[in-house]
Amino acid sequence: MSASVSSVARRLGRFRRPSVIPGFGLTLGFTLTYFSLIILIPLIALAVRSAGLGPEGFWKAATDPRVLGALRVSFVSALFAAAVNVVFGTLIAWVLVRYRFPGRRIFDAIIDLPFALPTAVAGIALTAIYAPNGAIGALFAPLGWRIAYTPAGIIIAMIFIGLPFVVRTIQPILEEVSHEVEEASATLGASRLQTVTRVILPSLMPAILTGFALAFARAVGEYGSVIFIAGNIPFVSEIAPLLIVIRLEETNYAGAAAIASVMLIISFLLLFAINLIQAWSRRRYGYGN
Amino acid sequence: MEVRVQNVRKEFDRFPALHDVSLDIRSGELIALLGPSGSGKTTLLRLIAGLEMPTQGKIFFGDTDASEKTVQERNIGFVFQHYALFRHMTILENISFGLKVRPRSTRPPAHEIRRRAMELLDLVQLSGLEKRYPNQLSGGQRQRVALARALAIEPAVLLLDEPFGALDAQVRRELRKWLREIHDRTGHTTVFVTHDQEEALELSDRLCVMSQGKIEQVGTPDTVYDHPTSPFVFGFIGESSELPVTIENNELWVGGRAIGIPAGDASPGNARLFFRPHDVELIEAEASLAGVVSTSRRVGGTRRVELEIGGAGHLVEVDLPFDHPAGDKTRLAFRPRRWKLFPAT
Repeated sequence: MSASVSSVARRLGRFRRPSVIPGFGLTLGFTLTYFSLIILIPLIALAVRSAGLGPEGFWKAATDPRVLGALRVSFVSALFAAAVNVVFGTLIAWVLVRYRFPGRRIFDAIIDLPFALPTAVAGIALTAIYAPNGAIGALFAPLGWRIAYTPAGIIIAMIFIGLPFVVRTIQPILEEVSHEVEEASATLGASRLQTVTRVILPSLMPAILTGFALAFARAVGEYGSVIFIAGNIPFVSEIAPLLIVIRLEETNYAGAAAIASVMLIISFLLLFAINLIQAWSRRRYGYGN
Repeated sequence: MEVRVQNVRKEFDRFPALHDVSLDIRSGELIALLGPSGSGKTTLLRLIAGLEMPTQGKIFFGDTDASEKTVQERNIGFVFQHYALFRHMTILENISFGLKVRPRSTRPPAHEIRRRAMELLDLVQLSGLEKRYPNQLSGGQRQRVALARALAIEPAVLLLDEPFGALDAQVRRELRKWLREIHDRTGHTTVFVTHDQEEALELSDRLCVMSQGKIEQVGTPDTVYDHPTSPFVFGFIGESSELPVTIENNELWVGGRAIGIPAGDASPGNARLFFRPHDVELIEAEASLAGVVSTSRRVGGTRRVELEIGGAGHLVEVDLPFDHPAGDKTRLAFRPRRWKLFPAT
C-alpha cells in the first residue's frame, strides 16, 4: 500500500516539481476546466456531429469536388495572404520602429484598426474600392485585371485582416535587436544589405513565423469580409467557411460539420508544424531566457 | 598601423562631445582612453572606427585620410561592451562572418575561412566550442569570441569599447592579462576605452586621460601617475589628497602656519597642494601638516585615516601602518614626501 502510494507520488513528482510559487493544482485545474468549456467541448461536439455520417459518409462529404475546391481556395489564399503580410508587415514594423516621422503614432494606431472593424464593413469597403468602377479597381479595369469578385479579391481581404498580427508580433522583437549588432556587422565589412539579410532578418525569424501563423490562422477562418469581395463562384472563388454556411442553410448539419472538421485538421497540422519550427529556433537563438 | 587624430571636434545636436582633440597613436602600441563617463572617450573611439563622423577635423590611418571612408572601408576590428554577437549564428559562423561577407574577389575560399576561424578560436582558447551558440557561453567566453571575430578580418586597428565592463572582477582580471598576451603576440595597434584606472595603468603602453571632451594628458602609466599635469589627472589616477594652501616667502602656508614645504618656482598667492595618501611621512616638527583624526578604517595592509587640518575643517586622507595606534581625535603631524602644486582655480 505504502509502496504504491510512494510510487504514485514519485510519478506525480515528475510533474509537480517543488516550487516556491504555490497553487499548481488550483491553476492547472482551472486551466483544464476553462480550456474544456471554451475549446475542447465545442470541438468534440463538432467531431461527434460529423461522425454521425459514418466513415463512408464522412469521406464522401469531405471529398466532394465542390468541398475540395472550396478548401483549396481557402488554404491557398490564406497561405498567399500570410506570405504577403509577412513581407509588408515586416517592412511596416521596420519603419515604425526605426524612423521618427510626423504622424508616426497615428499611423501606429491605425495598424490595429482591422482588429476592431466589423469584418462585413471591411468587406464592403474593400469591394467598393476594388470593384471595376471603384477607385482602385478602375485603374486596373482597362488592363483587363479584375480584383473584386475574383480569387485576387479574397487575398486582398485576407491581407487586410491579417496585417496587424504580423506587425504587432515583429515590432517588439525588432525593438529589441540591438543597434550594436548592426554596428558590429558594419565594422566587419558587411554592406547594409548584407547586414539586413544576414543579421537582422534571421534574428527576427521566430517573430516572423509567429506572425505568419497568426495571420494565416485568421485568414483561413475569415468569413465576413471575404464573402462580399469574393464573388463566391463554386470551384473558383468560393471559400470553405461560406460552403459551411451553405450546408447549414440546406440543413445538412453533418455535411457542414464534416467540412469544418477537415478544415480544423489541416489548420491544426499546419499550425503545429509552425509552432515546432518556432520553438526550435527560439531555443537555438536563446530567446526568452 | 599608426593613427593620427587631427583637431577633431564632434557635436551631437549642437552639444559638443569633443573639443578640438588631437592624438597620435603609434603603430603597434596598446593605448587606453581613460576618463569618467561623459568625457568623450567612447565618442573618440567611435570616430576612429567610423561609427560616427567628425563635425570638424580629420583622422588619418597611416598616410591615408580615413575621415572620408565609411566604417566598412576602414577595416577596423571593434569589440563592444555587451559583445554584440550574432545570436543566430554558431561561434564559428560568428568568427568567419567578416570574411564571408567580403566580395568574391577578395574572399578567401571556404576551407581557408574555416581554417582561419579555427585558428582564432584556438588563439582565444575556445577550441571545441565552435558549434555552440552565443547564449550557451559565459560572459567572458562571449567577449573572447567577439575579439576573435574582430581579429578575423586582420584589422588595421583594433578598437575596444569598455571590453570588460560587463564582466565580474575575477574574470575581468583574467581577461586583462590575456588581452595583453594576445596583443604582444599579434602586435595590432590597439585602442581601448575604460573608466577603470587600474585597468588602464596595468594594461596599456600609454594612456590618454580625458575629461569633458578634452584630452588632459597623454603618457606612459609611470609618467601619468608620477607627473600628472593637471589637478584632474592627479585626482583621477590613483588615490589623492588635496589641500588649499597659500604661497608666501617661497614657502607653503596652511592656516597661518608654515608647513615646511618649499614653493619652488610657484608664484605667491593661493594654490592647491596635491599628494598621494601613501606617500607621506609622520614627523614631530613645528613645520608640518597637523590635524585631528576624524575617521579611520583598515584598507588592505594599511590604515587610512581622514585628518581634519586647521580650523577650516579641510579633510585629507593619509595612510598609516595598520598597527599605528591612532584613534579618533588623535593629533597627527605629517609631511608629504612628494607633492604637486597647482594654481588655485
